[in-house]
Amino acid sequence: MGPVARLLAQRISLGLLLLFLVSILIFLGTMVLPGDVAQQILGQSATPEALANLRAELGVNDPPVARYFEWLGGLLTGDLGTALTSGQSINEAIGRRLSNTLFLAFWAALITVPLAIFLGLLAVRYQERWPDKLISATTLTTISMPEFVLGYILMFFVGVRLGWLPPTAVGFRPDGDLLSRLESIALPVMVLTLVVLAHMMRMTRAAILNVMQSAYIETAELKGLTTFTVIRRHAFPNAISPVINVVMLNLAYLVVGVVVVEIVFNYPGMGQYLVDHVTKRDVPVVQACGIIFAAIYIGLNLTADVVSILTNPRLRHPK
Amino acid sequence: MLTRIPLAALIGLFFTALFFLLAIFAPLIAPYGYDEVVSPGFWEPASAEHLFGTDNIGRDLLSRMIYGLRTTIWIATLATILSFTTGAVLGFLAAVFGGWVDQALSRFVDLVMSIPSLILALVILSVTPVTVLVLILIMGFLDSTRVYRLARAVAVDINVMDFVEAAKLRGEGRIWVIFREILPNALSPLVAEMGLRFIFMVLFISTLSFLGLGIQPPTADLGGMVRENSEGLTYGIGAALYPAITIALLAISVNLVADWVLSRTTSLKGGRG
Repeated sequence: MGPVARLLAQRISLGLLLLFLVSILIFLGTMVLPGDVAQQILGQSATPEALANLRAELGVNDPPVARYFEWLGGLLTGDLGTALTSGQSINEAIGRRLSNTLFLAFWAALITVPLAIFLGLLAVRYQERWPDKLISATTLTTISMPEFVLGYILMFFVGVRLGWLPPTAVGFRPDGDLLSRLESIALPVMVLTLVVLAHMMRMTRAAILNVMQSAYIETAELKGLTTFTVIRRHAFPNAISPVINVVMLNLAYLVVGVVVVEIVFNYPGMGQYLVDHVTKRDVPVVQACGIIFAAIYIGLNLTADVVSILTNPRLRHPK
Repeated sequence: MLTRIPLAALIGLFFTALFFLLAIFAPLIAPYGYDEVVSPGFWEPASAEHLFGTDNIGRDLLSRMIYGLRTTIWIATLATILSFTTGAVLGFLAAVFGGWVDQALSRFVDLVMSIPSLILALVILSVTPVTVLVLILIMGFLDSTRVYRLARAVAVDINVMDFVEAAKLRGEGRIWVIFREILPNALSPLVAEMGLRFIFMVLFISTLSFLGLGIQPPTADLGGMVRENSEGLTYGIGAALYPAITIALLAISVNLVADWVLSRTTSLKGGRG
């Protein structure tokens, strides 16, 4: 096995181990309080029958370790259990909502990634001059805004006052045609783009600057190579891995953004499902959503690692 | 001295001070009570009596925002303090003791940081009662992981310096080393980080309240006020935008100050941790 393959195998198995540990963490997270979970969910006024029913449904009569492995077994066989509040299968609800969320995240990513890299390059090209400063000031502003603030500002001015785009995503129909679906998610996508763009651009700028200031670039310039050759032969191969890393890390950041943005625009996705059921104290749904969000997040981080191993020129030529 | 502060930092300082003063003296400044219904209607436009108009059930929006600022700043401050004490103490312990203590703490922190704090907070909030104390504990502990990493990195560097070696050779205990040798030297990078953690707490509590899982009504807080008034937006009533923009202004002004402090301390130390 070559060094690259070994590193990859190592990273992927570490990622799987991490996911396993996170499932324990999420399971423990719903047991932070000592005492009776059923009582906490139903409140003080619950009848003894209701409490007994809920306890049986949650399986709190079994020891926690047994419960955890039962839950984990369900996860591995693709069975997420049933929701306490509706009695319906969680798989079905999540299947529908996950594809909605991915649709939203996909379009946000499609717009953000090229834009961020382009603006990052622009900021490096005009470093310390007005384009760079303007970009820095704008990103400082959007970084300091929580997603919902930006969401409501856009909803109010672009959606309601100007009436250019639908102010909420309630008109979203998963089976509608692409154009009408895109229209109803236009504002949420815009919010996600702005929120992630700032981080992604700042980090892209830093990553490229870091490469451009290294000694081998200076050597290449001193050798008398043209700017284009310096960029093609020396800067690009070394910059691609940090830039892809930045992109992946920020796509992972979309996971959090999506939760809030779905609530703001009333979009029927995973985030809304999660928050609704936290309010209803529907523990099985919360655990299922939690592990899925965590898996996506860890998966994106892992992809970042894998891509940076594959694109690292130093690793391709082992000593 | 004052002339050497850049303009951006001055603006930041001004607004930060203004927001904190409003928060501290809220009961003296606010023209009405936070829970006082002052008019039979709702979402009334701005007038001389109600500078920002009234909210969704006819309370004075300005008064509620001043009280909301107080709640948000108060909770964010307590959570920041909790996060710093826990994170710094554990980080120093890990650096000084090393070995399995360091391994256990660091790997646990890696685990907690491997998923977004908001998701973990939501999971925990699905079973805990949503009270101020619980919120502060959850936010403080989740965020202490970031302080831990910084504190540990700084302390590891200090731990191998000559004066620490000397103290160890004199036979000083580890607790003495932590509080008398490492803490004074690690303080300035940690304090510089404090502003950023505070902003993160403001955004965190506002987001939770906005989702309905933070401060519960009728207590006023900025995120919760956005939630209460958000329905008006689709009818063209901008009441929710005032608290929303206040959150952004608070975060931006603290950010400007933090940036300045950070750049000063890093230039003094020649790089951070």
